[in-house]
Amino acid sequence: MSKKPRQIAFYGKGGIGKSTTSQNTLAQLATTFGQKIMIVGCDPKADSTRLILNTKAQQTVLHMAAELGSVEDLELEDVVATGFGDILCVESGGPEPGVGCAGRGIITSINFLEEQGAYDGMDFISYDVLGDVVCGGFAMPIRENKAQEIYIVCSGEMMAMYAANNIARGILKYAQSGSVRLGGLICNSRNTDREDELIMELARRLNTQMIHFVPRDNVVQHAELRRMTVTQYNPEHNQANEYKQLADKILHNEMLNIPTPIEMDELEQLLIDFGVVEDEETAIKKLEAAGH
Amino acid sequence: MGLDIEANKKLVEDILEAYPDKAKKDRKKHFQINTEETKESCSCSLKSNIKSRPGVMTPRGCSYAGSKGVVWGPIKDMVHISHGPVGCGQYSWGTRRNYANGTLGIDNFTAMQITSDFQETDIVFGGDKKLEIICREIKEMFPLAKGISVQSECPVGLIGDDIEAVSKKMTKELEMPIVPVRCEGFRGVSQSLGHHIANDAIRDFVMGKADLAETGPYDVNIIGDYNIGGDAWASRILLEEMGLRVIAQWSGDGTLNELEIAHKAKMNLIHCHRSMNYMVDHMEKAYGIPWMEYNFFGPSKTYESLRAIAAKFDATIQENCEKVIAKYKPQMDAIIGKYRPRLEGKKVMLLIGGLRSRHTIGAYEDLGMEIVATGYEFAHKDDYERTFPDMQTGSIIMDDPTAYELEELAQKMNIDLMGSGVKEKYVYHKMGIPFRQMHSWDYSGPYHGFDGFKIFAKDMDMTVNNPVWNLFDKKEKVQPEGASV
Repeated sequence: MSKKPRQIAFYGKGGIGKSTTSQNTLAQLATTFGQKIMIVGCDPKADSTRLILNTKAQQTVLHMAAELGSVEDLELEDVVATGFGDILCVESGGPEPGVGCAGRGIITSINFLEEQGAYDGMDFISYDVLGDVVCGGFAMPIRENKAQEIYIVCSGEMMAMYAANNIARGILKYAQSGSVRLGGLICNSRNTDREDELIMELARRLNTQMIHFVPRDNVVQHAELRRMTVTQYNPEHNQANEYKQLADKILHNEMLNIPTPIEMDELEQLLIDFGVVEDEETAIKKLEAAGH
Repeated sequence: MGLDIEANKKLVEDILEAYPDKAKKDRKKHFQINTEETKESCSCSLKSNIKSRPGVMTPRGCSYAGSKGVVWGPIKDMVHISHGPVGCGQYSWGTRRNYANGTLGIDNFTAMQITSDFQETDIVFGGDKKLEIICREIKEMFPLAKGISVQSECPVGLIGDDIEAVSKKMTKELEMPIVPVRCEGFRGVSQSLGHHIANDAIRDFVMGKADLAETGPYDVNIIGDYNIGGDAWASRILLEEMGLRVIAQWSGDGTLNELEIAHKAKMNLIHCHRSMNYMVDHMEKAYGIPWMEYNFFGPSKTYESLRAIAAKFDATIQENCEKVIAKYKPQMDAIIGKYRPRLEGKKVMLLIGGLRSRHTIGAYEDLGMEIVATGYEFAHKDDYERTFPDMQTGSIIMDDPTAYELEELAQKMNIDLMGSGVKEKYVYHKMGIPFRQMHSWDYSGPYHGFDGFKIFAKDMDMTVNNPVWNLFDKKEKVQPEGASV
C-alpha cells in the first residue's frame, strides 16, 4: 500500500482567482518539486483544470454518468485526464444553473473517486471548490477523511475578507468533528491599500498565517488566455517564481491550525483601522469639508 | 355511569413519570380526562397538531401519506405518480384498501404503483425532464387515463424541481389535467398538512372545471369517504334509497369528473371532517353549498345521521328516510341481539387518525362495549371538541400518544380490545391483547352503514372472543426497576 496523499482544498470568494492560483501553484509543485498531483474540480462550472489540460472544458464525472445511466457504469479512465506536469485532472461537474442539486453532485463524484481508488499513489489531492459553502454538498471536501488542509484565497477587498472569515467558520465546524485544519490565507493581490498588512492582521486574528502574497501581474492573464499556467507559458517570468515560493511553502507548511473566526463588527473595525473603510465621523467630516 | 376521574388522572401521571422532566411536562399537555364539565362545554385545553417529541415512537405519518395515500390515491381514473425515489410509493402501495370499480390498468389505476424512481443523477440534474417523459409514457400506455397527479416526495422539494411548470406544459401537450401536489413529507407535523395541500390542489386545478347537464334538488356529494373495504358503497346505497342523488364520491371509487362537477351539488355530506373540511368550506364560500357532517358507524349513529340529512330536504325524503330505517332496523336489532351478549362490558381503547377515534364510538356502544380511552394521531382542536361530548366521564383522551404510553395504558386499564394501526398490531398480539386494525379494517370491511355494521359486529366478536387468547398467558411488558424509557 502506498502512503496516504495529502489532501488540500482551495476555497475563497467567487472570482477571487482560486482556480488560477491553485493551478499555477500545483503546476510548480508538480514540475519543480516532483509531486504527483490530482486535481478534483468541485465547481459545476467545471473550469478548475483548463490551465493544466490546455483545453476549454473537460468531460465531467456527472455528465458522463448521466449519459451512461448511472455512476456505477463509469470507469475511472473515462473521467481522469493527464495534463501539464503529469497532473491528473477530474472535474465533478453538475447541473446547469437553477436545476437539480449541485451539492449532491459533488458528494457523488468524490465517493466515486474514492471507491475507484483514484487517489492511490498520489502525493497531493487538491479540491477546487466554488465560492461559498452554501450547503452540505459543498462542504464535502472538508469533512472527515477528505481535505485536511484548507487554503483560503483572498485579497484586501472587504467582501473577499468577509468570505474568508465565513469559510473559517465552516472549517471550525468540521475541525471539531474531524481533522480539517486551516493552512493559511493566500493573498491574491488586487493592489488595494496596505493589502499585505491587512491580510496578515486578518490571518493573525483567524489564528493562521498569510502563507504568501501573490503580486498582481498581467502575465497571469496572458497565460490564461492561452489556457496555460505561467509555469508552462513563461517559466522564466518572475510570477512563476512567486508560485514556486508558494508551492514550496505549502509543501513544507507545518502551521495547520483550528481557525478562530471573528465577529462581523470586529471585521468592520479592522477595515476601518486600516483605512479601507471610513468610519461615520470621518465620512461626515469629509462631506462637510466638500461644502455640503 | 363513567370511570373514576381521579384514578385515571393518577394513572396518566404515573405513566408519564418515566419521562425526563421536560418530556413529562410536554406530554402531559396531550392528555385530558373527560369530566361533566368538558363533556358539556366541549372545551379542551389539550395540545394538538404540534411537532412530536423527538425520541418518542409516534404513530404519525407524513404529508405525502396524507395527500397520495388518503386524498388523491383513491381517484381511480387518474394516474398518481409518486415523484421521487422508489420507497415512498412502494411501501404505501395498496395499504389503504380503497376499493374501486373498473378494469385495472384500463380505466382504474388505484391498485397500481407508478413512480419516477429517482436515481442519483435525477437528484443532481433535477427530475423535471424525467417527469415529462413519464407523463407522455402514461398517456401512451393508458389512453383512458383522465389525468395525472404528481405527488412530490421529499427530494423533489429539496432540490427545487419546478413540477408546476412541467405540469402546466404537459397539461397543454397531453390535453388532460396534470396536477402538481407539493406534499413533500418534511412539510408539517403529520399527514394532516398533506390533506390540506391535497385539498388545495383540488381547488386550484380541478374544482369547477366540468359541467353537469342535469341537476336536481336532491343532488348531494359524499365527501371524505375513501371506500375502504367498500365503505362508500355501503353509505351511498342508503342515501340513494332515501331518494337522494349522489353526484360525486370524494374520493373513494371516485373519478376526475366527480371532482370537477361536485360544485353542482345542493349539499355536501362530509364523513371524514379532518381530511376534507377545507374543500367543503371552500365550496360553501365559493358556490354557496351548505355542508353537514354525518356518521354511518353503527345503527344508532346511522339512524341519527339519516334523519339529520333528511331534515335538510323535503317531506318526501323524510318519509323515505323513515322507510329505510324501518326496513333495516329489524336486521340491526338481530345483529345486536346476537353479538351484544358476547361483547357487553368489554373495554376498548382506540388510537386512530383524525376521525374514527370518535366516529366509531357509537358502533362499539351499540354492541355494549365501552371506550375507556381514545386518541388521535393528527387531529386538531376542532376534532377534540367533537370528541369530548361522545366520551364517558373519566375516560382518557390523548393526542399523538407514544408507543410506550399506549402500551402502558393498555395494560394498566386491562382493556379487552385495542383498535389502532398495523404499526401497533403485533405488539399487542404479543401482549395477548385482542387487536383490530382500524385504518384499513384488517383486510375486512366495509364498516360504514347497515351492511358495514354486520361485518363490524362479527369482526369484533371474532377478535375479542377468539379462543386463541386462552391458549397462552398474557405477557406483562415489565419495566425493570430503575430502567429509563
